[in-house]
Amino acid sequence: MAVYVKGIGNISPQKTWGDTTLLSSPLAYVGDRLSCVEPDYSQFVDIRQLRRMSRILKMGVAAGSMALQESGIKVPDGIITGTGYGCLEDTGIFLSKMVENNENALNPTPFIQSTHNTIGSQIALLLQCQGYNQTYTQSAFSFENALLDATLELKDNPAKSFLVGGIDEITDLSHTIQHRFGIFRDRSVSSLDLFNTSTDGTLNGEGASYFVLSGEKGENDTVCLDSVATFYKPGMQYLMDGIENFLESASLKTVDIDLLLIGKSGDKRFDSEAEEVSSRLFKSCAIGLFKHLSGEYPTASAFAFWLGARIIQTQHIPQAVIHRKATRPQRNILVYNPYFGEYHSLILLRSC
Amino acid sequence: MKGRVHVAGIGVISAIGTSIPETLASFESQSSGIRNITLLDSIHHDVLPVGEIAWSNEELADRLSIEPYVTRTALLGIYAAREAVNDAGIDLRKWRAGLISATTVGGMDKTEGFFIDFLKNSGSGRLRNVVNHECGRSTEIIADDLGLDRFISTVNTACSSSVNAIALGVRLIAHGMLDIVVAGGTDSLSKFTLNGFNSLMILDNKPCRPFDANRNGLNLGEGAGFVVLVSDRVKHTCGLRTESFVSGFANTNDAFHQTASSPEGRGSFGAMQQALAMSRIKPGDIDYINLHGTGTLNNDLSEGTAVKRLYGDHFPRLSSTKAFTGHTLGASGGIEAVFSILAIRNQCVLPNLRFENPIPELGIQPQVRYESGLEIVHVMSNSFGFGGNCSSIIFSKE
Repeated sequence: MAVYVKGIGNISPQKTWGDTTLLSSPLAYVGDRLSCVEPDYSQFVDIRQLRRMSRILKMGVAAGSMALQESGIKVPDGIITGTGYGCLEDTGIFLSKMVENNENALNPTPFIQSTHNTIGSQIALLLQCQGYNQTYTQSAFSFENALLDATLELKDNPAKSFLVGGIDEITDLSHTIQHRFGIFRDRSVSSLDLFNTSTDGTLNGEGASYFVLSGEKGENDTVCLDSVATFYKPGMQYLMDGIENFLESASLKTVDIDLLLIGKSGDKRFDSEAEEVSSRLFKSCAIGLFKHLSGEYPTASAFAFWLGARIIQTQHIPQAVIHRKATRPQRNILVYNPYFGEYHSLILLRSC
Repeated sequence: MKGRVHVAGIGVISAIGTSIPETLASFESQSSGIRNITLLDSIHHDVLPVGEIAWSNEELADRLSIEPYVTRTALLGIYAAREAVNDAGIDLRKWRAGLISATTVGGMDKTEGFFIDFLKNSGSGRLRNVVNHECGRSTEIIADDLGLDRFISTVNTACSSSVNAIALGVRLIAHGMLDIVVAGGTDSLSKFTLNGFNSLMILDNKPCRPFDANRNGLNLGEGAGFVVLVSDRVKHTCGLRTESFVSGFANTNDAFHQTASSPEGRGSFGAMQQALAMSRIKPGDIDYINLHGTGTLNNDLSEGTAVKRLYGDHFPRLSSTKAFTGHTLGASGGIEAVFSILAIRNQCVLPNLRFENPIPELGIQPQVRYESGLEIVHVMSNSFGFGGNCSSIIFSKE
């Protein structure tokens, strides 16, 4: 069953909102941290309310508003959010104060806003949306779980619409801690050169992407989500069989994929797996890469969803994305997102 | 959705027991698990009573024969999930089986320790104490322990999380995507949540009194509760004798305030009403409601108002079990799902401790004694959380 993409809002380290040609002038970052290009939030939320909101809440509310605006739907039937890390800023504030003040005289606001569901519930509160409200947090399956949930519900009730998103933020504290795990590059002169140098480590990214999805096709809908799948710690053979079965369920073969968007991270320790998948299953397929634009984070596949959907809508593949050139119309785009070797996911987008 | 989704096994660990028989015995003898803190390292240890599990991480790990350095949330989760799988007596590896867990604190108990050193010097603090911080990590650890790799997911909708985890499990089975789902939730006590709720001034410094006119806040607790959900096909192929199935559930948002519930309980009313509609039963068909009943002024009044709107003055038997266990946050829906299924399994209702006087506006008289020998066919369990998240689930007798 197809799920139609009605509206998109995406805040990312690139200028991915407002009137811009799709990734026409990609931004390069020095160092191992890519930060979102943020809009003026006062056009989405009252300034008094903005003051109490952390950055991830603002980004979520704004991306959600953009998606709803594009869809023409004022209030969706439900809000489904995927976030790997949740509200890191408020968690960090409360935790630090608690340690510094030895559990005394604590302001409850950051605690209240520290739970992962704050983003989805903040959107619900602003929209007065009393419908279904769900938040998933399973590392690089968080956004995929949210898509799956919406798909299940739309199978039963196609007329409904859901605001579905993937969102994660970097904070100074989280970046410092994650850097100590040795997962990011020590020296990076330009993020756009991520795939031109082979070394350990990737670049830290963040983003907020929301999509309005419905089971009923509207006149202006040109993109649909066909299916989504997750593979937790699969062996190589299990993964390859899984990809073929996944495409078979959509009545497709690997040669039918017009563009494979691979979530390679630039970390040579993990990218070899993705290269094996693409060289064995997608020998002649056009290939696009995106993590030099978004950075690596648990819900980076939501950035790829945005990218794939926009490519189908515009029938234009930005130069910055192309790894192996496409020569045919963009009808079937497969997002294959591996994450630190353990999480692998597939999202199939089709023109409709 | 088609076909029934059955409950084939249950497992629970909380302040009132580390097994089903022990838990049931605590209900029968009205023994509360709310006591002074003994394990959690907090300045509030003599002031704020909690529902703490008596075993330290080392003892838990020892009983589970695993490394002790994983987080307490993961340890409790493994304990209850293993118990549920044993209770079901199914070889999970023969089926398309998944794990859907729920947690709000994740590995916070270890992160707190890490932060003490880390804040002094950002190069300090042992990374092994923060590597399992993410909520989803506890689910990975439980899934790896059970050998479940087909599907994993973690829900965090604050205190309603576990009910939403179970609901997703039911939907995945009903849509034919999985055969078996181990679903529920786990949360350990942490300084983070204890201080968080304390800063909100909604913790009672005495054992809590849910639904009492003089209630004065909640007590935090910890634990884990999991159910094993199976399809018709698994039930019949394995010749399982199941006592209950999931007949309905609903998830709504109060959309009123980040922490407070609306006075009329619009979110909770909607959740109960929609769950009943999905079960295709009337409010009067419910034989027992396991209330969210945290013991805060706001929750109990709002939830009670929603119950009264649904029932008028003819309430079914109802109780909050949080006076026994404390509020176990993300785990509460899983733990109370197990309690609801126990009510069907043993044809009993569970008591609401320390109740004296009804809330004047409501006149709701909860069940105060353990009572068995009843006919319990439909049980509804409520779980509500910060952010306005409201969920209800109905378990029905086969």
